[in-house]
Amino acid sequence: MKKITNNKAWFLVLPVFLLVAFSAIIPIMTVVNYSVQDIFDQNTSYFVGAEWYREMLRSPRLLDSLLRQFSYSFSVLLIEVPLGIAVALMMPAKGRMASVSLILVAIPLLIPWNVVGTIWQTFSRADIGLFGWAVNAIGIDYNYSSNASDAWFTVLLMDVWHWTSLIALLCYSGLRAIPEAFYQAARIDRASSWAIFRYIQLPRLKSVLVIGVLLRFMDSFMIYTEPFVLTGGGPGNSTTFLSQALTKMAIGQFDLGPAAAFSLIYYLIVLLVCYLFFTVINLQDKAK
Amino acid sequence: MQINKRKTLGMTAYLLFLLVPIYWLLNMSFKKNDEILGTLTLWPNNFTFDNYITIFSDPSWYMGYVNSMIYVSMNMVITLIVALPAAYAFSRYKFVGDKHLFFWLLTNRMAPPAVFLLPFFQLYSSVGLFDTHIAVALAHCLFTVPLAVWILEGFISGVPREVDETAFIDGYSFQRFFIRIFLPMISSGIGVTAFFCFMFSWVELLLAKTLTSVEAKPIAAIMTRTVGAAGIDWGLLAAAGILTIIPGILVIYFVRNHVAKGFALGRV
Repeated sequence: MKKITNNKAWFLVLPVFLLVAFSAIIPIMTVVNYSVQDIFDQNTSYFVGAEWYREMLRSPRLLDSLLRQFSYSFSVLLIEVPLGIAVALMMPAKGRMASVSLILVAIPLLIPWNVVGTIWQTFSRADIGLFGWAVNAIGIDYNYSSNASDAWFTVLLMDVWHWTSLIALLCYSGLRAIPEAFYQAARIDRASSWAIFRYIQLPRLKSVLVIGVLLRFMDSFMIYTEPFVLTGGGPGNSTTFLSQALTKMAIGQFDLGPAAAFSLIYYLIVLLVCYLFFTVINLQDKAK
Repeated sequence: MQINKRKTLGMTAYLLFLLVPIYWLLNMSFKKNDEILGTLTLWPNNFTFDNYITIFSDPSWYMGYVNSMIYVSMNMVITLIVALPAAYAFSRYKFVGDKHLFFWLLTNRMAPPAVFLLPFFQLYSSVGLFDTHIAVALAHCLFTVPLAVWILEGFISGVPREVDETAFIDGYSFQRFFIRIFLPMISSGIGVTAFFCFMFSWVELLLAKTLTSVEAKPIAAIMTRTVGAAGIDWGLLAAAGILTIIPGILVIYFVRNHVAKGFALGRV
């Protein structure tokens, strides 16, 4: 749609601007303020410049959790995207079953995040949970609260359970937008179902997949509540992701300066990925 | 037919994967603690509503649900009021800095709440809003407003601008046009947006927990109370969890056909 240039439109966006500025800019400036000071108590603080940033960038805490975070986010994408596409292809297209499966698939997305943690906490315990019990019963020693790789696996499984539906729903609505004529043409050409997927469905899914991948990446990048409830970041530090490490530092130990520097580094990484996201979407909108 | 059968099988397997953990929670919520800890049963041996009765008869429990509902509805109202005109502006007009503003809004949807935790706590304490519903509602606006603007912009762009022009020629003022003509036209979009505000505010815990202590404590935070000296009260925890899932299932029924569009920030 052609848009008219009209700077008075600022009056319409002003409320949003003020509201979000109140919730975003003031807090961010507070963080910036902390990140350059060494704070002892309310009245004593010293300006330390970039000291905290230097310390944080060298600190194994930040780097370890950053590495853990990236490997976690990429594993999440690697599993959820193909699985989500597969689920979308399997979902019934019309009729009563279509709406039923749509609602069922969406359920995990609507569960409060700490309840998701609780569900998996109970479900995978060896003594009271079906899953933990079953895994142990077939002879695999599994205990997410003492074994680091089990904890990691459980957090990953929980995320797949929680969020694959998002990719599936996005792809589902993308698939419904493909005109029936495309399939008819493919049938006339006797295209195999793989060819239909590869040359008709997948290209049409590209735009929703970009959004799906980036939403999943960003959301898994700030994951906090679910691992907090499930494992509390442990055993050791095996499931301590960025948000968790940050909250421990800021609330647990009250190291305001380093925590603030940590926040800003974290935030900059998010901004960078976000910019990438925005550029890709804009390019797509232009191509349309 | 062969393919269809395989599809149904795969779909059933996936749905089982989704529903069995939830079933397990439901199952636990109808058991007493000694049964939960003692044996593994697929169906409660001694079916009991005790856990639910505890929750509904104790104000410190059910007020959690009330608190959550209050701040979620406040958030929904505030978000819709500010986001509607903004989405209209983004969809219809070009203005100085529009692209940048849009990008900035998006970054707030993506910003990790952990970054904002401490400054939020101090900001709301210093203006005397700590432990009030409005504080949580405002804090959640940080991510619901950008989301709402994005979703609504998608819906508004679907309304041809000739409608606006005709109304103006007929002598409608902007306010009258917007409220009397435009809002009814995008009512389904408003419904979907409200749903998403509800959802994201409902599932968020970190900010809600940090900004409240007693008066406005959300149910998600109260649930941690089940961890006591005698260990965890599993049955009660499960019952509280099940009760938080129900509102989501109820509202999703109404917007089932638009859910994907909302999740994609209005871009499908």
